[in-house]
Amino acid sequence: MSDIQKEPSMLLQKRLLADHFDALARAPEEGKKVVYTFVPGNLNELVRSFDLLPVLPEINALQSGMRKLSGGYIAEAEKHGHSEDVCTYVKCDIGMLRKGNIGPTGKRLPKPDLLLLSYTGCFTFMKWFELLREEYDCPVAMLHVPYQADGRIDPHQRDYVVQQLRSEVIPKLEQVSGKKFDEERLRSMLRLSAKAEDDLVWVLESARNVPSPIDAYFGGVYYIGPIFSAFRGTPEGIEYYATLRREIEERVAKREGPITPDGQLENERYRLVVEGPPNWTSFREFWHMFYEEDAVVVASTYTKVGGLYDTGFRHDPDHPLETLADYCLGCYTNLGLPARVALLERYIRDYKADGLLINSVKSCNSFSVGQLLMLRELEQRTGVPGAFIESDLVDPRYFSAANIKNRIESYLQMLDQKRQSKVAS
Amino acid sequence: MTATLTDLLQLARSLHDDLDLTQVSKWKAAKPGRKAVGHMPIYVPRELIHAAGMLPVGVVGGGDRLEIIRGDAYFQSYICRIPRSTIELALSGRLDVLDGMLFPSICDVIRNLSGMWRMLFPDRYVHYVDVPQNFDPAVGGQFWRRELETMRDDFARLSGHPVDDEDLRASIAVYNDNRAALRDLYRERSRRPWVFPLSEVYLLLRAGNVLPPEEHTQMLRAYLRQAPLDSSRREQDQSRVVLVGMFCEQPPHGLVVTLERAGCSAVDDDLLLGLRWLTRDVAVDGDPLSNLVDAYLTASASTASRYSPDGDRARWLLDSVKRNSAEGVVFCAPSFCDPALLDQPMLVAALDRAGIPHTEFKYAEDTGQFAVIREQAGTFSDSIRLWSTP
Amino acid sequence: MSGMRVFVGIDLGSTTTKAVILDDDEQVVGRGITNSRSNYDVACAIVRDEAFVRARFSMTGERMRRDPALGHVSDLFLPLLERHFRRQQHLALLASLRKSMLAAADTPRHRPYHEELSRTIEDIVDRMIERAQEHFAEGAARKSDFFRDIAAADYMHLAEERGNPKGITFETLCSMFDAAILVVENTIEEDAFNAHIRQALEAALPGVRASRPHPPGVPPGGDGDGAAPGALDLARYADALTRAIDDVRSVELIEAATVGTGYGRQRLPFPKEQIRSEILCHGLGAHAMFPKTRTVLDIGGQDTKAIQVDAEGIVTSFQMNDRCAAGCGRYLGYIADEMNLGLHELGPLAQQSHHRVKINSTCTVFAGAELRDRLALGQKREDILAGLHRAIILRAMSLLARSGGIADEFTFTGGVARNAAAVAALRDLVLENYGERTLNISHESIYTGALGAALFAVRAEKKAAA
Repeated sequence: MSDIQKEPSMLLQKRLLADHFDALARAPEEGKKVVYTFVPGNLNELVRSFDLLPVLPEINALQSGMRKLSGGYIAEAEKHGHSEDVCTYVKCDIGMLRKGNIGPTGKRLPKPDLLLLSYTGCFTFMKWFELLREEYDCPVAMLHVPYQADGRIDPHQRDYVVQQLRSEVIPKLEQVSGKKFDEERLRSMLRLSAKAEDDLVWVLESARNVPSPIDAYFGGVYYIGPIFSAFRGTPEGIEYYATLRREIEERVAKREGPITPDGQLENERYRLVVEGPPNWTSFREFWHMFYEEDAVVVASTYTKVGGLYDTGFRHDPDHPLETLADYCLGCYTNLGLPARVALLERYIRDYKADGLLINSVKSCNSFSVGQLLMLRELEQRTGVPGAFIESDLVDPRYFSAANIKNRIESYLQMLDQKRQSKVAS
Repeated sequence: MTATLTDLLQLARSLHDDLDLTQVSKWKAAKPGRKAVGHMPIYVPRELIHAAGMLPVGVVGGGDRLEIIRGDAYFQSYICRIPRSTIELALSGRLDVLDGMLFPSICDVIRNLSGMWRMLFPDRYVHYVDVPQNFDPAVGGQFWRRELETMRDDFARLSGHPVDDEDLRASIAVYNDNRAALRDLYRERSRRPWVFPLSEVYLLLRAGNVLPPEEHTQMLRAYLRQAPLDSSRREQDQSRVVLVGMFCEQPPHGLVVTLERAGCSAVDDDLLLGLRWLTRDVAVDGDPLSNLVDAYLTASASTASRYSPDGDRARWLLDSVKRNSAEGVVFCAPSFCDPALLDQPMLVAALDRAGIPHTEFKYAEDTGQFAVIREQAGTFSDSIRLWSTP
Repeated sequence: MSGMRVFVGIDLGSTTTKAVILDDDEQVVGRGITNSRSNYDVACAIVRDEAFVRARFSMTGERMRRDPALGHVSDLFLPLLERHFRRQQHLALLASLRKSMLAAADTPRHRPYHEELSRTIEDIVDRMIERAQEHFAEGAARKSDFFRDIAAADYMHLAEERGNPKGITFETLCSMFDAAILVVENTIEEDAFNAHIRQALEAALPGVRASRPHPPGVPPGGDGDGAAPGALDLARYADALTRAIDDVRSVELIEAATVGTGYGRQRLPFPKEQIRSEILCHGLGAHAMFPKTRTVLDIGGQDTKAIQVDAEGIVTSFQMNDRCAAGCGRYLGYIADEMNLGLHELGPLAQQSHHRVKINSTCTVFAGAELRDRLALGQKREDILAGLHRAIILRAMSLLARSGGIADEFTFTGGVARNAAAVAALRDLVLENYGERTLNISHESIYTGALGAALFAVRAEKKAAA
């Protein structure tokens, strides 16, 4: 990996993560309390306002995938009776736990003092923490976030979430931390969140430029890293997004393409919108398939799973609990299919995309069910041709490189041929 | 077997086989303006549909007799069968008789299916029934009440028949009767499974998907009366098992028969759990919506799709094993069923701790071959009887 | 020496590799097919050479038709010449096989009985040479045209006869063949046409008569040795034929452009610009075969493709089977093995069914078990097979629906398109779900991808020239 170009923002992110995992490793001896929670609908500001440290098992699972450890972890979980049919994030996490709970930086993760079960956009989360509760025997705070079936937030849905924050989540955080809820502190953190969110949205929207200075999927997963995990509402988060924004501003000024692990993409040939999470076990190989065809992802929905900001939502310090509720309700996979289609349609048009690619992952029914219909609908509405590939999040058995490469290549050649025939006619 | 018992089972069988919902069409045709509302498995407040003068219709896919021609085009190979066959039923016009469709929050598949329905059938009434996972009356209860109010108003609009409290109380009473009959059936079946074999009980449950509740209750009562009169039903050397995992996608009838022939007598199960979701009567007096909310919060069945705040899922299963003097548990879940399969390791661990034997296999609604299941269930049944022999 | 520009398309598939050669007018002048072996480079070279041989034969035909002295015998002579050519080629490969086997025998392991082993090998190969006469005799039916298949069948048969449990065993003999065949197969013969055609011609001419029961307008056979009535003596055309063939030999075939495609295309020794996806090639190939094609279905051994093309043959949308290979051609292979039938026997048997069984799964993993289970239940083979064919086509229908449906005209390609029961099931389902559609199936459909690739080669060259 030494040949990869590293920008200041990447180095900064690396340091942030290393510091965080160090802090987690020291937590037991320093008497710090730890909350496990999920990326979509995470209540980072609230958790941090109690001086609690968050652990995000999905991030650990995807890191295990990138470090080629997930296959072994999944096998371990399946050996213990977990079905081959179900979500591999869950199995990877359980397998990692069984093998000593060593985190992505090689340090042991502390046990949870609380499982904060934010049930947002994915049913499996609920079963995941029921399973972890068996392992850890610690309290669980359940936050049921209703589904935006109609693509809008009904006031009674917001009320429901706020009431749960008041009656279930905050009391349990108080109990675990031994501290009283400090609304002022929460507000000040939410203010920081909003600032970082502004910068993030600016960065994501920079892909409207031609050529795009960023890859909004493969590069995008790095950009969302801090704000989707432990750093929303923190000064470190602000610093990261300000740094990132400056970098991208420079690239826009120089009309430079995105930086990829294989070098800068010089000649943007295809602009794609991508729906669905990436595959983590072959992440670089997957990215390379785009790079070698000069394809850039200009917008993606995966970068909205931990918060949908580019439709205008920002954390609002004046309504701290309501804004947390709206945040949870608004995460991408919590939207009904018609709303997801509308968002993708907007991306295809606003970002001047040549194509739409759906990466359908076996693990994630929340994303995957209905994607074939979405594809058809979007092709009809936009006239932009779509492509469909299949893989998985962290199960290496479900990434067939030859098969995926074949499809991506065929698809891009098809786009090329169509473009040529349009020019000719 | 008495003639009436035969007739009754034949009727149940024909309702089970009727993919075209002719029973629903007949019911609608009997009185002009009648409407019917379909719903996917597990809990929906059928009382509200009934109170609006409409027929609630349980939709559980196409089983093993429906050829999937269009449905597979919408789903990847790693997704369970029920959404494919349900889409197939709809695209082939077999669900045209339904004036609306409800999708309860069972899992991500059924949830997203609700969105697909909106896109495929923009002119039909579609509602996602978001049941609360918080059971505090002031929180989840309040939310659920608002959801019920929304549905009540929607159903009133759909049927053109305003739903007042009296209507609702009457419907609650009708469903209380139905649930009581089902409870009686399950209790009697547990006592004498050879009199009420699963292959018949299953058909009677399925009839509850399409019959008006009043008729279904009558059918259940008649069966309870008549089955014991059939002198050919004798106690058999079968093992007593609890079946777990069949609450959504339903097994083909042949699978149920296979289990019985393999020596497993079901003494409890979660087939079509939605019919028996509320484990007690809903109060009839007072505010009916509050009563429905209260029943949901305090007397719901425990199953994989419902959050288990204190790990009561395992306790629920162990109670059932004990209450029904079961000798073992058969986990029988649909392939790719997230709730059932994610739940299973926890239940298995609890059974292991309690020393209760269990076996596991998967099925699909269109499973055509039962050889492996027959073998496995037979071995399991034999081994149980071997262990339990003093 | 004159020259002729040609354009080559190569389709490197998972089971077979195909090549098509086009002339400047986009007319097919040669085709080749071979089994894709572990060495794709070799498969590619062999198939190219085969296509070039075919191209030379088609040039020979052309040359003869233009020649007033030969025009009327070209139809008669060409097949004869080709048979002899094939035999020569086969003999050359047998010589190579002999050499390799003798080399394999000459190792320390076989020292104690080396002489006997060599003798046996010589003896067997001598017999194989005799058999070659029969294999390439007029009207002889060969189960396969691949050298490996013919040679293996002969060799195994003879080795069984000669193998001696107490001396040179059958197993030892087999191991000789196994070691040698890989060497022989992977040896690429440069310019096979020019290497063998003169010998073939000489072998064909003296005393060889082409049987011709009812020769219209041609005088009956002359006075050759033992000329049977109704036979034509070709000897008197010898000079003209030799000239014609020498003319063809002297034409240089200039490979103006080559494009590769197929699942193994990444492994073709071509630069990236010369590689096109098989989807695009398939679409264009189908369009070339049936210009009104708008939808293409291809069911091959490993995958199924549904492709939509526009009026120019340009792909507008496509879908391939997902990770699960259920319902592809390979599935029928498993079923055939399980039923102990040849692949080509499945379709006809399925068509005898009157009560099709409903099959819900075409999962290759469970194919054998499910089949045995059903047979044990007393279901008839033909009824099960009818259900299986329908199930396979149902999977294809899903892909077609995902790609945008079935437009008119509809072209069906791939190995499964040769199966009449699959075609019948497809016709039924298309009619039920989409209404009347013209269904095109070409006997040459296996070359669809290679044809498309060759057409891309023509276009690329013309674009570069413009």
